[in-house]
Amino acid sequence: MRADLKLIEPWIKANSQVLDLGCGDGTLLAHLQNSKQVRGYGLEIDEKQITRCIEKGVSVIEHDLDAKGLKRFADQQFDTVIMTQALQAVRRPDVMLEEMLRLGKQGIVTFPNFGYWRCRYYLLWKGKMPMSKSLPHRWYNTPNIHLCTFKDFEELCAQKQIKILNRTVVDAQFAQSRFAKMWPNLFAEFAVYRIAR
Amino acid sequence: MSNQPNATNHSPELNDALNHSVGIVTPQVQHFDQPLALVSGKTLKQYDLVYETYGELNASRSNAVLICHALSGDHHAAGFHSDNESKPGWWDSCIGPGKPIDTNHFFVVCLNNLGGCNGSTGPNKINPDTGELYGPDFPIITVKDWVESQVRLADVLNIPVWAAVVGGSLGGMQALAWSLYYPERLKHAVVIASTPKLTAQNIAFNEISRKAITSDPDFHQGHYYRFNTLPSKGLMLARMIGHITYLSDASMGEKFGRERKTEAFNFGYDVEFEVESYLNYQGERFSKMFDANTYLLMTRVLDYFDPASDFGGSLEKAFEHAKCGYFVVSFSTDWRFSPERSEQLVEAMVKAGRPVTYAEVDAPYGHDAFLIPTERYMAIFSAYMQRIIREIEA
Repeated sequence: MRADLKLIEPWIKANSQVLDLGCGDGTLLAHLQNSKQVRGYGLEIDEKQITRCIEKGVSVIEHDLDAKGLKRFADQQFDTVIMTQALQAVRRPDVMLEEMLRLGKQGIVTFPNFGYWRCRYYLLWKGKMPMSKSLPHRWYNTPNIHLCTFKDFEELCAQKQIKILNRTVVDAQFAQSRFAKMWPNLFAEFAVYRIAR
Repeated sequence: MSNQPNATNHSPELNDALNHSVGIVTPQVQHFDQPLALVSGKTLKQYDLVYETYGELNASRSNAVLICHALSGDHHAAGFHSDNESKPGWWDSCIGPGKPIDTNHFFVVCLNNLGGCNGSTGPNKINPDTGELYGPDFPIITVKDWVESQVRLADVLNIPVWAAVVGGSLGGMQALAWSLYYPERLKHAVVIASTPKLTAQNIAFNEISRKAITSDPDFHQGHYYRFNTLPSKGLMLARMIGHITYLSDASMGEKFGRERKTEAFNFGYDVEFEVESYLNYQGERFSKMFDANTYLLMTRVLDYFDPASDFGGSLEKAFEHAKCGYFVVSFSTDWRFSPERSEQLVEAMVKAGRPVTYAEVDAPYGHDAFLIPTERYMAIFSAYMQRIIREIEA
């Protein structure tokens, strides 16, 4: 199982209702259905990923988040709304966060930290937009149109009066290192945030 | 029940097709004596249902799939009635060994609905009260009535719970209705290119079709059989209109463009463009094999369908009664029952907490796309049905 998904699992209650925005091949939901008997839906736009979800028995709904938003879902319909590695790719991350907490009692968000020292180093020394294993695209074809640092994200949460209940910061291998813990905005590559109103 | 036709003398392509065919099938007739009280308040004292089955029912009777047909369909969904039949059943692309509804695993039942004209009791059958054909006196049926009659067929076949009820268009409406009125009797509903109810535009097209038929001088208020004639011009026109709504602008453009039968314009009103020729051909062929009274009835079944009205007008409340999982599919160029209509269903299903899988398939064929085995459609349809097989065999 993907390491970032393992970090999410403890925050999901058994038998709860989960919405996974950009659920990919359905790995997380399939796992949560088995381990925690959650009732879950995944929203996805990629055709091949949707087929994989169906094969896994995940309730996947073809849905273009940017084009259609989340209007069709009711307030506080879910216990948890999850968005892994996709917040930076939506047109309006700020609206998305508000919508997540309109639909769900809590939200779980993971994204790559643009303040990671390698990104800073890349820009400083090469003078070019950072590329790495976790950010493999060129500036002109990247789906990641709203990259941010942990600091940026936390500022936005404060501004929107969104509470950060937990934050787990990890390195590129999704391991929790001492450096990352001490100076997350510099040494952590990813974070998993648990947020609520 | 079904036998592979002798394949040795056929071309490799035909052999391959036959290997994935249910082969030769024989329709069966079930008579029902118990009166059926209809939503309209009328009663059918007795009736026949014609049906076909493909595949084998397993020992636990848990692998049965009901196929519900659309406006012009019937019980002949797959295979061939004889070696001489040139075209297989109407959904042969999806039913058979190795196909999405895999007859190696499923026992498939498809019937001709009440009011139909291909063997089940309908306007072109004898009314036992009068000894004459029913004609226009055949009572108006609703989707709910169909489900009632299908429940009785399931009882006769000793099928307590369907593994899935499956249908496209009007067939999808029946699958929806099963899930709402008999929630205990199906595990999955597969609802393809369907809608929670018709729009004003849908009803308007139906009304034009009806007017085309009823204004044919040979219609005789529906008693055309007495006059030994058929309102074929009206039925042809109705089908031509309907046919346009099943296609998309793109698919018609691709198929016909502005191709003409002759190089130069003839400066007259006879058929000149290929699309005219096609529509005329399709309309004429249909008018010879379909009953006009059944066509009228089917359009009304469509118009009246609105299951939410039985649940306080709320689709969401309706789906709170359901117990099955749903697989909903729409097609990008379907403007008869557009993807937005399917999304309304999905939205209500999610609000009601029902498990639902939804995909909008990008296909150029309009509403008819549900009958055409395009790659992605087959991939997701197979994946969902395979999942049902795993549940049965678990």
